[in-house]
Amino acid sequence: MSDLAAEILIAVGLAFDVFGCIGLVRLPDVYNRVQAATKCVTLGTCLILAGTAVYDITGAMSIKAALCAVFLLLTSPVAAHAIARGAYKSGVRLWEGSVIDRYGAEVHPAGPPAERIEPAAQPEQPLAAGRESHE
Amino acid sequence: MTPFLAIVAAGLLLGAFLCLYRIGRGPTAPDRTVAIDILGTLVVGFCCVMAIWTGQDFYMNIAIAWALLSFIGTIALAKYLEGRQYNE
Repeated sequence: MSDLAAEILIAVGLAFDVFGCIGLVRLPDVYNRVQAATKCVTLGTCLILAGTAVYDITGAMSIKAALCAVFLLLTSPVAAHAIARGAYKSGVRLWEGSVIDRYGAEVHPAGPPAERIEPAAQPEQPLAAGRESHE
Repeated sequence: MTPFLAIVAAGLLLGAFLCLYRIGRGPTAPDRTVAIDILGTLVVGFCCVMAIWTGQDFYMNIAIAWALLSFIGTIALAKYLEGRQYNE
């Protein structure tokens, strides 16, 4: 009975993992990829961890799997947010089918920068301005 | 439970190869960073499968340590992408 519940949890988690990876390959730009892959793969891996905990409910694997699942749920959105923010700051453009860019309106009220921000071309000024605006 | 675990391991390997395709293809550095992060999360799931398959619970220690190191590496890469120094 416990085995059956663990198998169901692990199978659903595997499906979410594979769908997240397909989204990572198929979607058009980095912002779509980061949201699809992070959400699907975090849920899928947490379901696999839950299945591991159910399979060995009285053993040492259970508490370690619960700890790992809590840690993944805390860190994975932070990592995805940092990547998306770093991608925007490093000048990766949105997909041309995107309909709204609220973060860009907040960061560049006069419109997006014309091309990629090269750190060598503009050494000090943009870094200092960005640091003041976000702190 | 062994044939089921073999199927799960094959599915996770398929996902890992899709991540490797994205790492190789790019086209920008944040794409590769996302794929590396997802690959680390898949390895955590693979460690769970190995723990059940072999019955050894030290694989879960590997999973916890892998999740921690993957998070730190992703944050470091994201700070590098943003163009800031590591001591800021």
